[in-house]
Amino acid sequence: MTYRLGVDVGGTFTDILLIDEATGDTYRAKTSSTPDDQSVGVLRGIERACAEAGVSMSDIAEVFHGTTVATNAILEGKGARVGLVTTEGFRQVLQIARSFVPGGLAGWIIWPKPEPLAALEDTVEVRGRIAADGSVVTDLDETDVRAKLAMLKGAGIEALSVSLINSYANPDHERRVGELAAEVLPDVPVSLSSSVLPELREYERTVTTVANAAVQPQVARYVANLAGQLRESGVDGRLCILRSDGGLVSADVAADNPVNLLLSGPAGGVTGATWVAEQAGYPDFLTFDMGGTSTDVALVQGLTPRVGRETVVGDLTVRATSVDVRTVGAGGGSIAHVPPLTQALRVGPQSAGAAPGPAAYAAGGTAPTVTDANVVLGHLPTDLAGGEITLDRAAARAAVKSIADATGLDSVEAAAAGIVDIVNENMFGALRLVSVQQGFDPRDFALVAFGGAGPLHANALGRLTGSWPVIIPPSPGVLCAYGDATTNLRDEAVRTLVRRFGELTDASVRDLLTELADKARATLSEQGVAVEDQRVVYAADLRYHGQGFEIPVPLDADSFGDGTTGLAALRAAFDAEHQRLFSFVLDAEHELVTVRATAHGPRPQVSAARLTGGGPDASHARSGATAIWVDGAEAEAGVYDRALLRAGNVVTGPAIVTEMDSTTLVLPWHAATVHPSGCLLINPVDHPGEEN
Amino acid sequence: MARLIETATEPLRAVDVDVVTLDLIENGLRNARHEMDEVLFRTALSPGIREQHDEFPLIANRDGKMVVGQFGLSIPDFLANFHADIEEGDVLLTSDPYSCGAAISHANDWLVVLPIFFEGRIVGWAAMFGHMSDVGGKSPASMPTDARTIYEEGVVIPPFRLYKKGVLDDDALRIILNQVRKPDWNRADLNGIVAACRTAARRVQEMCTRFGVDTYHSGLDALLDRNHRAMKVLLQAVFKDGETLSFTDYICDDGLGYGPYELKMSLTRTGEKVLLDLSGSSPQAQGPINYFINENLIRMFFGIYMITVADPQILWNDGFYPLVDVKIPEDSFWKPKFPAALNARNHGIGRVFDLFGGLLGQTNPDLLNAAGFSSSPHFMYSGTYSQGERKGEWFQLYSIGFGGIPGRPLGDGPDGHSLWPSFVNIPCEYLESYYPLRIERWETVADTGGAGAHRGGNGVDVAYRFLEPGTIAIHDDRWLTYPWGVNGGDPGARGRKWLERADGTTEVLGSKVHDVPVRPGDLLHFVTWGGGGWGDPLVRDPALVALEVRRGLVTADGARRYGVVCDERGVVDEAATDALRAESRADRPDPLPIFNRGPDIGTILERALEETGLPAPKPPVVMP
Repeated sequence: MTYRLGVDVGGTFTDILLIDEATGDTYRAKTSSTPDDQSVGVLRGIERACAEAGVSMSDIAEVFHGTTVATNAILEGKGARVGLVTTEGFRQVLQIARSFVPGGLAGWIIWPKPEPLAALEDTVEVRGRIAADGSVVTDLDETDVRAKLAMLKGAGIEALSVSLINSYANPDHERRVGELAAEVLPDVPVSLSSSVLPELREYERTVTTVANAAVQPQVARYVANLAGQLRESGVDGRLCILRSDGGLVSADVAADNPVNLLLSGPAGGVTGATWVAEQAGYPDFLTFDMGGTSTDVALVQGLTPRVGRETVVGDLTVRATSVDVRTVGAGGGSIAHVPPLTQALRVGPQSAGAAPGPAAYAAGGTAPTVTDANVVLGHLPTDLAGGEITLDRAAARAAVKSIADATGLDSVEAAAAGIVDIVNENMFGALRLVSVQQGFDPRDFALVAFGGAGPLHANALGRLTGSWPVIIPPSPGVLCAYGDATTNLRDEAVRTLVRRFGELTDASVRDLLTELADKARATLSEQGVAVEDQRVVYAADLRYHGQGFEIPVPLDADSFGDGTTGLAALRAAFDAEHQRLFSFVLDAEHELVTVRATAHGPRPQVSAARLTGGGPDASHARSGATAIWVDGAEAEAGVYDRALLRAGNVVTGPAIVTEMDSTTLVLPWHAATVHPSGCLLINPVDHPGEEN
Repeated sequence: MARLIETATEPLRAVDVDVVTLDLIENGLRNARHEMDEVLFRTALSPGIREQHDEFPLIANRDGKMVVGQFGLSIPDFLANFHADIEEGDVLLTSDPYSCGAAISHANDWLVVLPIFFEGRIVGWAAMFGHMSDVGGKSPASMPTDARTIYEEGVVIPPFRLYKKGVLDDDALRIILNQVRKPDWNRADLNGIVAACRTAARRVQEMCTRFGVDTYHSGLDALLDRNHRAMKVLLQAVFKDGETLSFTDYICDDGLGYGPYELKMSLTRTGEKVLLDLSGSSPQAQGPINYFINENLIRMFFGIYMITVADPQILWNDGFYPLVDVKIPEDSFWKPKFPAALNARNHGIGRVFDLFGGLLGQTNPDLLNAAGFSSSPHFMYSGTYSQGERKGEWFQLYSIGFGGIPGRPLGDGPDGHSLWPSFVNIPCEYLESYYPLRIERWETVADTGGAGAHRGGNGVDVAYRFLEPGTIAIHDDRWLTYPWGVNGGDPGARGRKWLERADGTTEVLGSKVHDVPVRPGDLLHFVTWGGGGWGDPLVRDPALVALEVRRGLVTADGARRYGVVCDERGVVDEAATDALRAESRADRPDPLPIFNRGPDIGTILERALEETGLPAPKPPVVMP
């Protein structure tokens, strides 16, 4: 009997999911997160889940963990004090950044510039220069380096980052600075830009390296701490951490490159959604994870999440591979407001957060939020079965009435419906970013909704995107933990080339692929994955020579066998992608910018739970009815208890399906069918006025 | 006047649009406009657009009124000057400011306009212009600093149908591209602009399908009206009836040795309308600095300044235009007579920021910023590789530099940033990979930001080491007059450029030069100007001043301008600081002036050679 354990630590709750690998049976535990030391909450949750399952902690083979330690260090400005070593003449690389000021034509008037992640007073320059082709223009002045490192030591830095000009082309100087730092600053962890991100563009490489250094001490401490406590509690299984790209790495590897963990949390959601959608039989889908303050969306095609090269956390954008998750500041806590001058109805990005929270929580909040609007509309019943929070409908109405008054809308319900429509539209905008704007038609995709508020808005989003079915996973609140437990080990090796196709041959690319594959495989082998179980996938970032942006294209290593078809195939694949994205191709020469090899371990064999079957009749799960406001009128909605639903049951809208941590709204002219895997599949049903 | 060919003749109906649908349409338009940017950035080849984002999108309603965009260009003026039919599938192109009512203002900007059809009827317009790195003419990058006529500024494309009913006019495009030095760039950038406009058209058509064409059309009217109502309230609140405000700023020289040019703007509110009057500005320049501007663009600049602070989420549009009258004198800097040269109008555009800041700030403390980095200075370098694997290959760089954002009511001005939306710098490593250059320094210069309670941002020193023989060109300004400070803040430092030749000699360069030969080993320092300071420098926290000394943003000597005495390590001598502050307070006027422009123009001219290494310009002469 072996068990896999998924652990997702969120801002408020820690979710634990214990999966019996043989049966697919799951046991859940939810405990409060312990921000000061997250491992406390994790251990408590594991103990609880094991107790519920009647399992000994020593039966746990593996622990898979999505962590927000790195994310929070950045968001809360609590990262390590980082020293930065730059090339002479470039001390202000983070101060100047890309000279970019967000906003419109007068945006600079109102833009508060964030402070650089490595303070300027902790940034030093060293003499020594590499040219763009990697040749040495000026030797590294080691005396100068030692003196500057000594200054940083005196300043009391906690982590060191080194980012020298053109180090992506030749890392020698950076490595030497690293060696000298080991002498001068023996206990300070060092991040070299040529290791963290060997790519052209000094600002992006530097900020990524500094971010890595800033979170490294905390991540290393946390991982070591958690591993130790797991051992003490009798868990012999291996600890793996989920990276931003949705792959798992052993805890040690994760701690080396923590900048790759910044989106570990959202990646868990996407991988969880992938597992769920696979069970339900929908390989192409959009994910829609709506929480209290923000919503994350992503696109998954062929059960493979789209991966992007940028990671955005708060004000910080770094170049690190991550699941292409887009975030909008729209959630249940988003506040509706009406600027007096324009009398427009705005929702967000300000949020009532957890404190004081929506007015309906009766915890001191008075501002009208999306949650309040849902309460007014009856979409969120106040008498939730098993609900921990009782919602104050009167307070919600009072809050939303302020919006009705300011906009002149003729009822509180109309104002509430407006708030919901606008927040839905904002989230629709995010879904368009990952679909339409990337050349994908959302109507070709399903929509997997999760997070605390996702299932409430999912049907409406399905209507906007035309993405059917809308899939509501079982336990939508702990989906991330599912993702943590059901993905595979992964590592990637990357090389930036910036070479025109004329400068390349199939043979030279093949050699590079082999080298990168070996490097990526080696990490997996070290983690105990047998070579025959490893699968390597290749991708290249291409552009037309002279373009500033690359497009990632999958690369078929076999086509680089021994002939001359490899580059030709790559060229054709890029042209097709460019045509799809931008509706034209250019006659310019192709350029290979980056090549990536990703080694995958085997997918875990986790069986899915199966619900017992039943007919379409869902009346046994119906607990009553409630009045809701929908599509401009009042309607009676059936209320269903999800725990009682059987496979094949059909819940016809308008209806509300309740469960422990979530509420699903099924709109009129839609119906939710219960899939054997436990998912609800919402589809439109025929009706004359519906365009879908 | 263009004749619009529509197959559907039934007029659109005005319908009521609820506030929520309105916000949905607003959001859809905003998304479409950002998508336009994205499409172009990702496909363009020229560094100016690709890396720096020198382009501006717009979506207009059926009548050509901008409903979303960030920088007006006037579709009505364009259509009034286009004398042919416009049909579904047509895509129009022009680069001639004189043939489109100054919808664009120099020949480097290629403007694409396309009608958006829905069910046989025009429901809007998508337009976008982008700065082409080269459009031919006598100097690389097509911006000769000594041009007297537009004929010297490369190919000038009159408005014509690049696509006629969806079919590309390949011959015309071939003739145009034959005039330019980097036709592959122009072709790719133009492709991207057309693709971006088509994307906008698709999004608008989708909205017409989703909401119904009548609702969409009426929704745009309501959005325009929203701006109109908002502005009406603002104007009443901000400006006293009948009072005239004025502000004057300068362009230092015109590239031909004349200057400074006075730019004057006055504002008077009468009832619900205001009049913006540019009378009193200098007559048109001999050189290429004229900024040919149309009335609508002045309205747009004005509106953006007025409303940015009021509702930053608002979708900016043309709706308030009827509330603003504009008077621009003929044959002036702002309305030069054809065929006056126009290429270097970027200083004029930039200075509009300062003009509005200074004008409107006199009434509204929320808007009173110091003078900022009010230009987009250009650096160009071109030549032919003399060795290596690229031997014989032509290289050409056009790039935009950045300087100090001014001290603001909100806080310090960022160092070395862009006053323009969406612009970014070209990474050093990119330049070094694609051009025979080495960047030896890319840092802001301490003390160049004006001292103030909120410090002005520092200017930037970029030092370019040339590795191949070639020529360089520079377009910059504020080398003579100062970026002024406000509310007691000091002016920022002026811009400077000099060449350190490989032979050891040093040569000061003017702020507008072209065809300057450079040889391998020569080093150019391109130092931009700092932003003015905001508020009394003597109230700035000495600890913050000291921290900035440690950061290298202010020198120990420069700290004295804040009345702070400290050493190079940023250790403050508190007693000496108190004494210096008391002494400085005693020495200065009370109250402090609202505007501090440094010395008067006479003194500035008198000291020009001594202080800048460049002779004072001659007074501008009126063109015959």
